[in-house]
Amino acid sequence: MRDFKVAQLGQYGIVIAFVVICILMSILHPSFLTLSNMRVILTQVSINTLLAFGVTFVIITGGIDLSLGSVLAVAGIVAALMAKSDTYPLIVPLAAGIGTGLFFGVFNGLVITRSKVPPFIVTLATMTIARGLALILSKGRPISNLSDSFNFVGGGQIAGIPFPIIILLIAFIGCGILLSKTTWGRYMYAVGGNELAARASGIHVGKIKMLVYTLCGGLAGLAGIVLTSRITTGQPNAGMGFELDAIAAAIIGGSSTSGGTGTIVGTLFGALIIGVISNGLDLMNVSSYYQLVIKGFIIVGAVILDSFNKDK
Amino acid sequence: MDMTQGNQTILKVTGLKKSFGGIKVLDHISFELRKGEVHALMGENGAGKSTFMKILAGLEKPDSGEIYLDGHPFRPASVLASLQAGISMIHQELLAVPELTVAQNLFLGKEHTRFGGKWIDSEKNNEEAARWLEKLGIGISPAAKMKSLSVAEMQMVEMAKALSNEARIIIMDEPTSALSDREAERLFGIIRELRGKGVAIIYISHKMDEIFRIADTITVFRDGRYIDSRPAEEYDATSLISVMVGRKLQDIFPQNTAEKGAIIYSVKNLSRQPAFENISFDLHAGEILGVSGLVGAGRTEMARVLYGLDPADSGEVWLHGESALPDSPQTAIRKGIGYVSEDRKIIGLITKLSILKNISLSSLHRYSRYGWVNSSEEKLAVSKLAQQLRIKAGSLDQRVETLSGGNQQKVAIAKVLMAKPKVIILDEPTRGIDIGAKIEIYHLVRQLANEGLGVILISSELPEIIGLCDRVMVLSQGRQSALLNRSQISQEEIMYHAVPR
Repeated sequence: MRDFKVAQLGQYGIVIAFVVICILMSILHPSFLTLSNMRVILTQVSINTLLAFGVTFVIITGGIDLSLGSVLAVAGIVAALMAKSDTYPLIVPLAAGIGTGLFFGVFNGLVITRSKVPPFIVTLATMTIARGLALILSKGRPISNLSDSFNFVGGGQIAGIPFPIIILLIAFIGCGILLSKTTWGRYMYAVGGNELAARASGIHVGKIKMLVYTLCGGLAGLAGIVLTSRITTGQPNAGMGFELDAIAAAIIGGSSTSGGTGTIVGTLFGALIIGVISNGLDLMNVSSYYQLVIKGFIIVGAVILDSFNKDK
Repeated sequence: MDMTQGNQTILKVTGLKKSFGGIKVLDHISFELRKGEVHALMGENGAGKSTFMKILAGLEKPDSGEIYLDGHPFRPASVLASLQAGISMIHQELLAVPELTVAQNLFLGKEHTRFGGKWIDSEKNNEEAARWLEKLGIGISPAAKMKSLSVAEMQMVEMAKALSNEARIIIMDEPTSALSDREAERLFGIIRELRGKGVAIIYISHKMDEIFRIADTITVFRDGRYIDSRPAEEYDATSLISVMVGRKLQDIFPQNTAEKGAIIYSVKNLSRQPAFENISFDLHAGEILGVSGLVGAGRTEMARVLYGLDPADSGEVWLHGESALPDSPQTAIRKGIGYVSEDRKIIGLITKLSILKNISLSSLHRYSRYGWVNSSEEKLAVSKLAQQLRIKAGSLDQRVETLSGGNQQKVAIAKVLMAKPKVIILDEPTRGIDIGAKIEIYHLVRQLANEGLGVILISSELPEIIGLCDRVMVLSQGRQSALLNRSQISQEEIMYHAVPR
């Protein structure tokens, strides 16, 4: 019974941390706690959160995906190429962007399941492949002049809510349900918790791994579309280092790199904490160099807290 | 045993008591150890063995009672005091420094030095270490790094260390738990060597066959009390168990009351090189077929093939007239074959996940539609099964890693049962769990057979093979050496066929 309570407390810990940070920020800077700033924060974190959801699935199965940032870039370029004004209907760039992400996810999944090469190495290779392709396809230059309908995805609003926030919400609900309510979600935990036992329990481990890397790629593709549309330009250098922020969000949110643990809610709050802190520091005019250092310490702190929790 | 030194008492304990927070752990313990004997201390978990050992090793202090060493009152105040008195304990988790050499470990804290004490004389240390190792006939270089040794070799170094400390009493707690058969054999050789030198050994182990091979005397504790002490040859495996548990044998192993049903499962000429070849047997509904053999006989390897974890080279398997040689565990489960593996934590359970999620893992598809899990149906089915198997836990959401070995094993069995198998293969289902939980599992296995399942029971524990099985297949070096009927089953018969010729 006591174990149960500790587990629950662990889940709320991240929410409590988030609230404390928000209170701190609103004391330090009066314009932090305004509706417009909240809108800014949510829009800013939407891209990292999409990536973080994807990588949460991967981390739960005991894997890792370092190719996210580059896949985001190449998906953004492909979408931008299809989204030039007056060419194709909106569905084409959207499908192409997400399809590109899925393609790289399937590629990662196939190599990881068919070979014995660790995910760290495979996705590191994919990271440079995808970045190279982004540069090749764009000839190294930004792609601008995108259609209005495409630019709505990242820049538009519905009833005053920026569209990226709506995408974020839908992804949150979808990913949350997938992980907590379906057999696939359950099997992800099983595979990450103990791959041999999962196999002996009749779970098709390879299929689950294919699923998580594909999902992760697809979400990176979606994030690429949102980013490209938001800055109304396809940037081949977009998304550098984004994979690390995404992994950080998942880990702050309670995912363990050894696999078998993690939740979508946790990852959402992990991403929000990162977003709120960098927003607050921005407001206080803290240099982005210092922000990097602070972010690093937050990650270490979160992991140390988590390790204390596990010792219980 | 060398009878000339056989009667000289070295250690005598009377009326030893110890409580922790009001709970009596040891109550009037008596114990007598003679020079040059291997004395097995037996008892189920919680009998008080380890507390008793800790008192002798100076790790715990008794509340009352007398300990005499060589006839003089002895009350170890610290580990050091015990060591100086000649009592060494070899721990289950070895306490060696892996980066140091064998010689450095052997003399850790008492190095041979020159120039007044701080300058280590490596040559002397190595020479001395070589001398001690040679005394025990251990072929390990003193300059080898500890981490390059096998667990068995590390243990041997520990024993050489004990000897170099002039130990007269060596306490060994489950020394073979991490050893292969061959390594254990070497260890026994060294134990006999030590015994020949007049060292007394207190030996704790759960492995019956080992006890009967190595022990001269057996003392049994139960619930913190001294129960019995006799020469080893006055016991056999089954009588020892009933003394340990304090119950009659009939109460330990349930009687077979059901009629044997029709043949449901047939294995014909199954082979997988080099593990086993040409294994054939039929299994009836309601029958428990034991599979016996020494380690390496091919028992687990056969089970893995039957469950689709490894492919077969050749052979046929039929279940209810359908071909049932699975290519994967998924297929096996779908065809109605269940497997409870010998190693719960490695391939049996996902210990980070809850009891609920573990139990339903193999049958989740039955409680879900289009991938969507119906959690209330799932929970209902799991809690019914958990009750049936009497899994003791605060809630089904408790993580499996927090459970006792016996309860973990029940979770592993429940997972397999949840998938509704027609044939269930149990591989060492009582390994590492206490006797109370073992008895519960024996009754469960019989009950499953009575419900019409075919049960294949792989076990190294002869008493459970003899007490529980209707027929026994004996494997020896990958070959089927015998298929014994109920009336033919005996310890001698099984061992006769198990030993390679």
